[in-house]
Amino acid sequence: MIEPHEHTETMLCPGGPMLLRGDHVVIDDDGVAHRTRRPVSAVCRCGQSSLKPWCDGTHKVLSAD
Amino acid sequence: MLIPKARGDLSAEVFARLVDDADLAGVDASTSESPEDAHIALWAMYELHYRGFENVDSRREWDPDLIRLRRALEDDFEAALESRFTPPALVGDPVELLWDVIDVHDRRSVAQFIQRRADRSQVLEVLRHRSIYHLKESDPVAWLVPRLSHRTQAALMELQFDEYGGGNPNRLHAHLFAEALDEVGLRPEYGAYIDEVPVEILQVNNAMSMFGLHRRLRGAALGHLAAFEATSSLPSRRMSQGLRRLGLGERVAAYYDEHVEADAVHEQLATRTICGALMSEEPELVPSVLFGAFTCLDLEDRYAGVVLGERKTGAA
Repeated sequence: MIEPHEHTETMLCPGGPMLLRGDHVVIDDDGVAHRTRRPVSAVCRCGQSSLKPWCDGTHKVLSAD
Repeated sequence: MLIPKARGDLSAEVFARLVDDADLAGVDASTSESPEDAHIALWAMYELHYRGFENVDSRREWDPDLIRLRRALEDDFEAALESRFTPPALVGDPVELLWDVIDVHDRRSVAQFIQRRADRSQVLEVLRHRSIYHLKESDPVAWLVPRLSHRTQAALMELQFDEYGGGNPNRLHAHLFAEALDEVGLRPEYGAYIDEVPVEILQVNNAMSMFGLHRRLRGAALGHLAAFEATSSLPSRRMSQGLRRLGLGERVAAYYDEHVEADAVHEQLATRTICGALMSEEPELVPSVLFGAFTCLDLEDRYAGVVLGERKTGAA
């Protein structure tokens, strides 16, 4: 029997964003709703992105300091 | 597109015979007189697999003598690239090893130059150079799809679907770059600036085609993809800031804005779901993945050396 592959709707990236598959609405810190606009979205978890609620890679600069 | 201008004896001989529809028997790859000569010949041979040339018969794509010559040039190129790479000890999680190869690289930054110092003509030159790849963005990776397991295939297509606009041609990344070139007064046709690009740009492009076209090198192709995506998001923001500083146009800045957001996703997919799947299913490919990642950054550094006026000698 062929085992199914693991495939989740969310994925936490160590030291990085949360990946979110599919069509969702993300509410930011100010209560504003943002609809996802690509097949997979990266949601900021470091709090420093200039594109919040989406990741812009800034976490990598933080972890390098 | 017409076949490019020759850059030496070998490319002159090969291009003349392709245009005249004469056979390539007896042409010897060792007659290349410089890396420029070898790499423009190799670039044109690869191009027959993409869009071809108006003045070359499409059947030459699989000409056995052309493939023989291509193989000789590829062997030299691959050996040169491998000679620069020192593989790390293969201990621990392969995805972490991949991040280590990417993170330790000392990158000279074209993006920082564009962000802070470049003038308009210098930016336009970089855009002309980048057009060779960006107008066929993601195409070299598309060759890989039928060569992968189901898990890696699905992971790659999840990323590629976004690169190709999610089904909307107006969102396709190569199309966004064509619009950007048009906006700043540059030619948006595929390959329009091939005759003026430095050998380092030919090498950047030839490495991607070589990795993509050889099933044997699928690990290197995906490692290259991972390094490319993982070094794109922050530099893309610098690029868009520099383009706005110079008032070059909204579309060209928006092309890079799109890559800030898209590549923050793609770097995670490329390293974790794509290379992660490949390396867990085919662990013997881990060294090849790391080699591909290193090569991406190494060749980008060499191009940065040209832009920043610090060209390394002896480009292979």
